[in-house]
Amino acid sequence: MAIRERMSGNEAVATAMRQINPDVMGAFPITPSTEIPEYFSQFMANGQVDTQFVPVESEHSAMSVCIGASAAGARAMTATSSCGLAFMWELLYVAASSRLPLTMAVANRALTGPISIGNDHSDSMGARDSGWLQIYAENNQEVYDNFIQAVLITEAARLPIMVCQDGFITSHGVSNIQLIEDEKVKAFVGEYEPEDYLLNDRNPLAVGPYGTAPYYMEVKRKQAQAMMDAEEIIGDVARRFEELTGRSYGFIEEYRMEDAETAVVVIGSSAGTGKAAVDELRERGVRAGLIKLRVFRPFPAKLIAEALSGVKAVAVMDKTDSFSGNGGPLFSETRSALYDRKERPLMVNYIYGLGGRDVTVDHFFEVFDALGRIAESGEPGETYRYIGVRDAEERRR
Amino acid sequence: MAYSLKKELEKPERLAGGHRLCAGCGAGIAVRGVLRALEEGDRAVVGNATGCLEVSSFIYPNTAYYDSYIHSAFENAGATMSGVEAAYNVLKKKGKVKETFKFITFGGDGGTYDIGLQSLSGAMERGHDMVYVCYDNEAYMNTGIQRASSTPRFADATTSPAGSVIPGKVQNKKNLTEIMAAHNIPYAAQTTFLGDFRDLHSKAHKAIYTEGACFLNILSPCPRGWRYEAGDLPEMCRLAVDTCVWPLYEIENGVWRLTYEPRKKLPVEAFLSKQGRFRHMFRKGNEWMIEETQQYVDEQWEKLLDKCE
Repeated sequence: MAIRERMSGNEAVATAMRQINPDVMGAFPITPSTEIPEYFSQFMANGQVDTQFVPVESEHSAMSVCIGASAAGARAMTATSSCGLAFMWELLYVAASSRLPLTMAVANRALTGPISIGNDHSDSMGARDSGWLQIYAENNQEVYDNFIQAVLITEAARLPIMVCQDGFITSHGVSNIQLIEDEKVKAFVGEYEPEDYLLNDRNPLAVGPYGTAPYYMEVKRKQAQAMMDAEEIIGDVARRFEELTGRSYGFIEEYRMEDAETAVVVIGSSAGTGKAAVDELRERGVRAGLIKLRVFRPFPAKLIAEALSGVKAVAVMDKTDSFSGNGGPLFSETRSALYDRKERPLMVNYIYGLGGRDVTVDHFFEVFDALGRIAESGEPGETYRYIGVRDAEERRR
Repeated sequence: MAYSLKKELEKPERLAGGHRLCAGCGAGIAVRGVLRALEEGDRAVVGNATGCLEVSSFIYPNTAYYDSYIHSAFENAGATMSGVEAAYNVLKKKGKVKETFKFITFGGDGGTYDIGLQSLSGAMERGHDMVYVCYDNEAYMNTGIQRASSTPRFADATTSPAGSVIPGKVQNKKNLTEIMAAHNIPYAAQTTFLGDFRDLHSKAHKAIYTEGACFLNILSPCPRGWRYEAGDLPEMCRLAVDTCVWPLYEIENGVWRLTYEPRKKLPVEAFLSKQGRFRHMFRKGNEWMIEETQQYVDEQWEKLLDKCE
């Protein structure tokens, strides 16, 4: 029987970590993910895990410790947010190109400039081309479930994985959750048995070569293949997880999309707010729908295109700006995914919720209102928009 | 057992020939010298910061190392090996690793004195059972001889060139060995390639087999950066220690000990005059540079003697 509990997203991650009982954890505190190593070190102090906890002097070293540990043959993990993730940047690429399994919990927070501890997706979205797998959660249950699945995904794909949740909103928000029994988690994740590793008694391994031009590109191509192959792995792990818990996970979640004329595409906790708006609009007879992206890397282009091709007008919601002058990252990828479709919706982008700016059901009403007008007129108007910002000019409506 | 270089050289090599370091470079000598101090039968994981050594000894698909090896970046060799050592502790306890492994990381002075100092300091403070070896050639040689905090005053480097107004590097060399000793690690030492390598061997052996985080700083001349003939490397090392520019000492559990005292302390000119990087110091009117260098070396030497038993 599942265990009914109530806890924050951070505690849920720490609990999953305790149940997984990894070999090595490198950790450096940063708001709002700090509680994860705090909870975990308490598990250490109480003798509940066998992990070597390495409390380093920076996130840069936390990622370096994880790289060393994973290459050595250990199951390694860390947690971070915002500037901590940015400080790891160079090593994110090293980890991915070295094909090292690693699980990193990310409590998403705005990047500094100005400094903010509020939630947005600028940290992990900035790392979208680093070669890491990325999974996002809407609520605490998903954070917990994603984290447990991530261990198997990263080890099978031999690509590192970020398990993202919205800082404060789910990381600190306490809600009801169903935990899996310790022994079931243990059996689900199994033992990590790498093929090649530094501490292999029988066969030494060298990691991190100088890659000259005759070899570098082949390394990158194989890395690209691994990202594409991860799709099947993520699906398989989700199926196994469903057998264990009854909870089903896809790459995207389609919410009331069957006959939708207008739809929003969203990542993370705002999907919950968006669903509330959709429900109310449906009551009023508006054929509104929502697509929540769970997996951003690899990008489920085909699934999104299929889900959206019949819709008249779509708003893609980005909780970060990529400062291209042309929209955020989710917008760029979603719009690109639809390009080859004969039937494609009109599409606009909304940048929202930066630096912890609140996102409400009313904001979604505003978006769906705009989509209604776009669907009716057939004119998308300005596609690069801000919502929830005071300066009217900045909204570019 | 008495030390014999001949015997030591009969051991199987742990760094294969055919790596691509320059002739007359100290880095490869440092690696061979340190790895020779491993007991036969003991395994090692060798770590490496980005630098000359890394790009010359592990060019895909060939590695020059007999042992397992990891390089990840320039500034994180200390932390990377911390992760390997942490993994070893837990996998050994779980019975997944049976053999004894030692952990030895090499970094140049750029990766150690400068960009990797934080990562190194963290690893030393946490006390991982590892040795960090700096092969110090006193400038960023891999990128083309730029000044570093390890570069001595007046040296002509490509970002501290000797010109008509500024006479080479303005600042004195950072004393990294003392900074490491200030971490109160069980063993820190400074050495170079001298005679039959007895000094380097004994220090490397102590560093590898002392439990905890240990640090070795090896003066490793660079013929390109220092501008000497490749065959003159042993003379560079000899002159560095006999002028007291690079004193040989160790700090074992807080006890400072001089391991080599020159029979006759030579004037700094003997060291400086053999190298192109100091050539401008010998031009007419620049005598003050040599005087100030001598004064600085004397002061540092006296301070060191005060600390040593």
